[in-house]
Amino acid sequence: MTVLLILVPIALFLGLLGLCAFLWALRSGQFEDLDGAAHRILTDDDEPLPRSDRRP
Amino acid sequence: MAELGPLTIDGTAAGNTEHALEHDFRAYVVAEENGVFALSLLIENLHCPSCIRQIEGVFADEPDIVEARVNLTTRRLRLRWRGGARRAADLAAKVAALDFVVVPYAEQAAGNAGEQERKKLLRCVAVAGFAASNVMLLSVAIWAGEGSMNASTRTLLHWFSALIALPAIVYAARPFWVSAFAAIRSRSINMDVPISLAMILAASMSLFETARGGEHAYFDAAIMLLFILLIGRFLDHLARARARSAAERLSILGATVAHVVGPDGLISPVAAAAVTPGATIVVRPGERVPVDGIVIGGASDLDVSLISGETLPKAVQSGDSVLAGTLNLTGSLRLKAQRAGENTVLAGIVRLMEAAEEGRARYLRLADRAARLYAPVVHLAALLAFAGWVLLGGMAWQPALVIAISVLIITCPCALGLAVPVVQVVACGRLFERGVLVKQGDALERLAEVDIVILDKTGTVTLGRPELIRSKDTTPAIGRLAAGMAAGSHHPLCRALVSAFGPAEALADVRETPGLGLSTQRDGAEIRLGSRTWCGIAEPDGTAPNDIGPEIWLVGHGGPPVRFAFRDMLRPDAVETVAALGAMGLVVELLSGDRPSAVSATAESLGITRWQAGCTPVDKTDRIAALAADGHRVLMVGDGLNDAPSLSTAHVSASPSAAVDISRTAADIVIQGAALAPLVEAITVARKARRLAFQNLGMAAGYNALAVPLAVAGFVTPLIAALAMSGSSIVVTLNALRLRERLWPRKGDAS
Repeated sequence: MTVLLILVPIALFLGLLGLCAFLWALRSGQFEDLDGAAHRILTDDDEPLPRSDRRP
Repeated sequence: MAELGPLTIDGTAAGNTEHALEHDFRAYVVAEENGVFALSLLIENLHCPSCIRQIEGVFADEPDIVEARVNLTTRRLRLRWRGGARRAADLAAKVAALDFVVVPYAEQAAGNAGEQERKKLLRCVAVAGFAASNVMLLSVAIWAGEGSMNASTRTLLHWFSALIALPAIVYAARPFWVSAFAAIRSRSINMDVPISLAMILAASMSLFETARGGEHAYFDAAIMLLFILLIGRFLDHLARARARSAAERLSILGATVAHVVGPDGLISPVAAAAVTPGATIVVRPGERVPVDGIVIGGASDLDVSLISGETLPKAVQSGDSVLAGTLNLTGSLRLKAQRAGENTVLAGIVRLMEAAEEGRARYLRLADRAARLYAPVVHLAALLAFAGWVLLGGMAWQPALVIAISVLIITCPCALGLAVPVVQVVACGRLFERGVLVKQGDALERLAEVDIVILDKTGTVTLGRPELIRSKDTTPAIGRLAAGMAAGSHHPLCRALVSAFGPAEALADVRETPGLGLSTQRDGAEIRLGSRTWCGIAEPDGTAPNDIGPEIWLVGHGGPPVRFAFRDMLRPDAVETVAALGAMGLVVELLSGDRPSAVSATAESLGITRWQAGCTPVDKTDRIAALAADGHRVLMVGDGLNDAPSLSTAHVSASPSAAVDISRTAADIVIQGAALAPLVEAITVARKARRLAFQNLGMAAGYNALAVPLAVAGFVTPLIAALAMSGSSIVVTLNALRLRERLWPRKGDAS
């Protein structure tokens, strides 16, 4: 069962990575406009969209 | 004066112009580095995805625009551009030209507190979610290995769980710690007290069990409880913050820029609160009077409806005193400031409102009332279980304590904590889509208890602008002539004439004499359009039946004098709404600051028998206080500044979105659009939400009635606790979702 001592920390590390990714997304404004993002995916990009210097 | 740049927008749709006129967009512009300026605009009637493209498309071709991005959730447009702050009004006009209602938005003042709170909660949810899923994985291993797993492995896994759960609980449960601590300090109990207590006990008992190598640790139950409750808390916050951010524009600032004439004759904009008494101020047509003062030059008509609720403008000239908050309509005025800022009549009304608001803070929310009943019962049950096992069952104190704590854990108000918030969130979401913004968390609870509805007249049941009563005497030719003369005037009656007779070409050489009327020359004769005195018509003897509303006369056009009579039109669905309110068992009253003749006519056409005219703001609050003293719960609906104190006094209050800022801030509920019918829907939903909340509380209580005996008997293992808690939470959430039932077929007509 000593393998648990290696596997559990690895699992936790991966989980923590996910948590960090979420916190980063939160900080960079990914959750600012959930309704808008849902609709923007449907609009065509045929016409030039307004320039935006917001971070991706 | 022209160097000041454009302060008003003209040439947009009629309804918008009125709205846009009131705002000085430059006051909201934030200068960033590199010559970039930023402005946030709140777009009121933004609700469809295609609006995003339409608005952003306007700015797509402009080279100077750095950023133009619509946020559909908060209904805001963020603009950043190069080339001077004064372009703000032009840019806003572009959006207004698309028939959107645009209001400047002070981002720093309003947005940040709520936004920070939201992010903090979301971080807590994320941490709790991470911890809950990992602890649960370890717990599943423990449960699956029960019997075959040896004690040292189990203890190892328990230690891992403790390592994850304890820091997560300390960090993520802060919202509950803070709220529970505040409640205890003020010697009361809210829902967060039993929640915090159960989490602390569960965590410390589990730690104790782990340390002595025991079989059962409740880390999973504690962290899952926290996760579910945080979700409830976050949803609750989200629904209200969204509505609040749309409702509170805090653009009082916009009405309070004063243009002060300096000693060198130059005019500079100054915040109204900073104006010193004695200063000379210029107020141009279309602007709000920023301070209380005396007219020293010019003459004009003032729209005083904000202060007194009167529909008709008041004519002022040199020597007359004017009040802050009134709207200058026709002529440019020079004022000598007398009182500014905190000393104005306007500020007095605001203080009256704030005083009333304090009284309302005593309302106890449904969930907290449940907590008051619930907490002592549960704590007593745990204590009795402990005492019973030790004294009657002859058990040692350690296992008896474990049983007592498991009683607390299993009864931990998971479902109870979700029971009311979930219903509130679903109800607010449903109303939001119908254009009803619920600003206060307990507003729907209070709305469900209402038995009397008090309506304000001007601007609430009426549209707040006069419309021509058609008469047989006016031929199309006369109509065109009158509209042509009126085309250049800001006076509301002139605007009503223009909208009644269509877009007439403005006649040249029309002179406006503020407070009296218009005149022009044709074929050597003078044509006059204006008041009775202006046109030389004798005053009526006062017995004429049709002198109810405002009127203007036309003379000199080569015929007998023509009278144009006006009235303030009812909102299109006002009659149906009043009838529907009556059908719901509510008593409807009309309170207005307007003249008795006008109020009685409105009351009659609405079918309201209880009305009162000539009410000052104090009269209105007194009336509401008197009704409240008789045990009635009053819903106040009003829009004017004069309604703001009564909006705060009433049990619950609503105001149309066209209302003045201060009223929208005072009101619990804001109704968007021209219709009153959403009010009926709001009351219906509130009542249904109340029913569902009680059902949920009943279910949560029923669950506890089942679980407590099991826990007292000592049968509750961590596995059973986890199943029972999540099961009851899901049932409660599903029950709340029933509130959405009738929503889907209606969604189409919302846009």
